[in-house]
Amino acid sequence: MKILSFEKRVARFLSGVIALLFLFAIVLVSPKPAKAIPAFARKYGLPCSACHITWPELNNFGQVFRDNGYQMMNELDSPITRDASYFPMAIRITPQWHRESANNQTLDPTSTTGTATTGSLTTAGFDLSGMDVWFAGTLFKNVSFSALPSSDENASFHFENAFVRFDNLAGSPWLNLKVGKFELDLPVSEKREWTLSEDGGFYYIYHFLPSGDVNPFGGIGDNQIGVELAGHNANSYTRYAFSVVSSLDGQPGLLYGSPDGNPAGRTYDYYGHFEQGFNTPAGGFLKLGAYAYFGEAPTNYQYSLGTPIYGINNEPFYRAGAEVKWYFNKFVFKGVYLHAYDNAYLANGIPSNSGSLAGTGYQAAIWNGGFAEFQYVVSPQWDILVRYEGIRMSQQAYVGTAGNQSNMDAFTIASRFNPFMFSRAGLAIQQEYSVVRSNGVTSQGGVLTPSACPATSTTCNVISQSLFFGFDFDF
Amino acid sequence: MTRQIITAKNVVWAVLLVFASLAIPATTFAQDLGAHADGLTGNAEQGKLLYRRFCVGCHGEEGNGEGNNAQWIDPKPRDFTEATFRWRSTPTGTLPTDQDLYDTITRGVVGTFMPSWRPLPPQWRVDVLAYIKTFSPKWKTQKAGTPITIPPEPPKTIESVLHGRELFDQLQCWKCHGPEGRGDGPSAPTLTDDKGNPILPYDFHDGTRFRCGTTNQDLYKIFMTGLDGTPMPSFADILKPNDAWDLVHFLRTLQPLVKSQSRDEWEAYVKTHGSEIKPIGGGQGE
Repeated sequence: MKILSFEKRVARFLSGVIALLFLFAIVLVSPKPAKAIPAFARKYGLPCSACHITWPELNNFGQVFRDNGYQMMNELDSPITRDASYFPMAIRITPQWHRESANNQTLDPTSTTGTATTGSLTTAGFDLSGMDVWFAGTLFKNVSFSALPSSDENASFHFENAFVRFDNLAGSPWLNLKVGKFELDLPVSEKREWTLSEDGGFYYIYHFLPSGDVNPFGGIGDNQIGVELAGHNANSYTRYAFSVVSSLDGQPGLLYGSPDGNPAGRTYDYYGHFEQGFNTPAGGFLKLGAYAYFGEAPTNYQYSLGTPIYGINNEPFYRAGAEVKWYFNKFVFKGVYLHAYDNAYLANGIPSNSGSLAGTGYQAAIWNGGFAEFQYVVSPQWDILVRYEGIRMSQQAYVGTAGNQSNMDAFTIASRFNPFMFSRAGLAIQQEYSVVRSNGVTSQGGVLTPSACPATSTTCNVISQSLFFGFDFDF
Repeated sequence: MTRQIITAKNVVWAVLLVFASLAIPATTFAQDLGAHADGLTGNAEQGKLLYRRFCVGCHGEEGNGEGNNAQWIDPKPRDFTEATFRWRSTPTGTLPTDQDLYDTITRGVVGTFMPSWRPLPPQWRVDVLAYIKTFSPKWKTQKAGTPITIPPEPPKTIESVLHGRELFDQLQCWKCHGPEGRGDGPSAPTLTDDKGNPILPYDFHDGTRFRCGTTNQDLYKIFMTGLDGTPMPSFADILKPNDAWDLVHFLRTLQPLVKSQSRDEWEAYVKTHGSEIKPIGGGQGE
């Protein structure tokens, strides 16, 4: 028997360890069957991947389930059919490390004798997201509900949504009535997108306002309070939704500023969305749609003893656009276009009772935007995403403003991997990088000052970047 | 010493091990037996991906009905390794057609955890079907049965309903389904499927949809093909087609939640001839 030297034995042992680590890594990252999701999986016993491309993003089966009022329509939907121990609740939170940076920022002097300079601001560290505590399900057959208290990272809660929905009215899937606070039926749900970084965690076109625009409407991406009539066919290839919402930007209460910046517009806004799906060759399907939001927002407020009470002098604005979504084998493509208009008074922050703006150079702000998002679904547990989003001003609110001020571009690339999903929990390991370029405005939305942007104050770019590593889990 | 540990030879071995582990799934993939439904041809390789996304939680990775969630589910998920299917258009003891399985996937199974998969594109459903057929060797050695012929439905007359009622009594359907079709016959508590799991007879009184469909043709098919794997036999050797239709017409009278001509005829008849009607099962089941 050959006797090996100590060094060789150590070498063999360690090489074996390396090989085992390789194998362990392969086992860890090899696609495994996804199992269940919290809340609904406990009720229906389906794997989370049945309803989600990757949670929380819905696939078409999940869309049908949602459109049916969180019902499978299998006579087992009413809570009376379930064990009394079933409770429709889930929580979600995301411990993370992230790095944020932005260039062309004004840096205040660090001593009393210094002067302000221009430079980059960069910070990084471990952090925590807010937490969602979500209750959703059915109260009875064809009566569904959702209540989602959501906190910031300091556990300050608000109601992200809270509604009751009467499903399949008159026995028809075309008539469903929802009342409360809810996400508008957007072409691509922002609440269900899975990018999480500071710069890439939302769709800019849903919230964008050009610099100087004071429209208190926070964007179609904000959940709104009102009523929605919606319908769909059996496979939700054909869907519609029409909403009437209070001009409150989703804030509860009817008084200005309470509790969290309520514009108290005292009018109603209208939103509609229609989409139609088609099967495409080789097993994919395509959805085309259009949407529009028409609203009014106050430009001034009625005061009482010096306190603003509610909005007055409302002026109109709208957002409208179209979408395409293509699901093809392991690929998903989503494209959304948006055209936006804000009345001149809103766009310039001028009360509309202050007289005509003719000849003043103040005019409506008009812009166009859109995003294209491409996903490669490696397996039910692993999704890779690339997104480009752009916004271009087509008419500035003031004629003297540079044409490209407020234009912006955003790019995001992300990977989301679920190493396991038990029937009561999900864990996603996420990596994400996002970069945003804004023309002539700071990343906080203000106009660049000459000191912050030495070239010119209106044409230079601010580039902000986010790098994110996090563990997104729900239970 | 470091150089000795991370030698080129060791790295090569490690890489080979990694590739070997990657090769394992590819070599164990079952043979694609094909599937054809709704004019589409299924691809088992694609179906495997879809199965792992949508089906594996209940039916299990091996298709044996022992997925992660199966322990919580009643009735239990289908065991594809046995290739015994209930909802067929083919005679008892034979394999179903691809279209039968496709229809079940599309329709779902009401009253169970099997949802309707209609939201998935048709090609996906056929692909899943192709993969499901890889779980049992029966699909290699046997062909699907020939679908039974369902003759045109005769008129829904009171005579047809009354004859159907006689058959329901004579064939002792009531022993399981109960004299009023509530699924509470004297044998009901003792019934099990072929895996020994308790199974309940269909409750006509509270049900609006059958697990294999909603039409009279679907109902006809149930007792002319039987529900393999359950105590519900095929009556194809006993019932003539017209007898089977009479039974269909009677069974519809047991469904107060379903509007039907047979039930209307029956209710009118009961009002005028109620005293002449003998109890089913001689009153034993009541």
